[in-house]
Amino acid sequence: MYGFIWRRLPGGTAARVVASLLLIGAVAALLWYVVFPWLTPLLPLDAI
Amino acid sequence: MRTLRAIGELGVAVGLVLLLFYAYLLWGTDSYTEGQQRALQRQLDQVFGQELGHGSGDGSAHGKTGKQPIGKIRLGHALALLRIPRLGVDYKYAIVEGVGPEELRKGPGHYPGTALPGQIGNFVISGHRTTYAAPFKKIDELRRGDEIVVDAAEARYTYRVDRKEIVDPTDLAVIDPVPRHPSRRPSKAVITMTTCHPEYSARQRLIVYGVLAKREERT
Repeated sequence: MYGFIWRRLPGGTAARVVASLLLIGAVAALLWYVVFPWLTPLLPLDAI
Repeated sequence: MRTLRAIGELGVAVGLVLLLFYAYLLWGTDSYTEGQQRALQRQLDQVFGQELGHGSGDGSAHGKTGKQPIGKIRLGHALALLRIPRLGVDYKYAIVEGVGPEELRKGPGHYPGTALPGQIGNFVISGHRTTYAAPFKKIDELRRGDEIVVDAAEARYTYRVDRKEIVDPTDLAVIDPVPRHPSRRPSKAVITMTTCHPEYSARQRLIVYGVLAKREERT
């Protein structure tokens, strides 16, 4: 999976590292700001 | 071999997502509560401002809308402002009406049906010990005599911490009008704060009791 993405990224090693970091950041931001806020009220985690 | 590798990589991805989710619960939920608190405290400022305006004779139309019967606060709406000097000069939370999951995400909640601020009986509020800004995280540090200041629309009530105890989650006697004495009629105004214990667990409840010491009219 990671190897597949790595091979698909364009450019040399440096460009690929930058692109990878951007991808990781984008996925993390999507989880943090969209998925998790939607998910938490649905989970039984509300012990005070 | 390839499938094994794919499963391994998927496992790593799931692990990282779970770690991030844990971090979100601990820190990300705070920003939700902070946003809600800003709105609720603005709500209170407006109500209190109108009360002040009414007191100084600033237009009768304002006075009429400002005098909301405090017993009819709707679920999730701001009820009063809580300050605890021991927990810092900035410690300030709008107390919302209701103790459901949705209300407690906004801030400390008042048990509907228990006494209102300053009333004879038991004013019971509950708050998160962890996550959602954790308003009651440090109430275990309160000591006997510490002030719990509750600003309601009509007056400022100052309670003083009396004692603390740790009980089972099923022990509902702590919210009796006279805590622990279900059949006794209340003669004092007391406050009861409840939260989870120990931190990061919901196995028990930490209870802090206080007694009304001072009432200052808002004029």
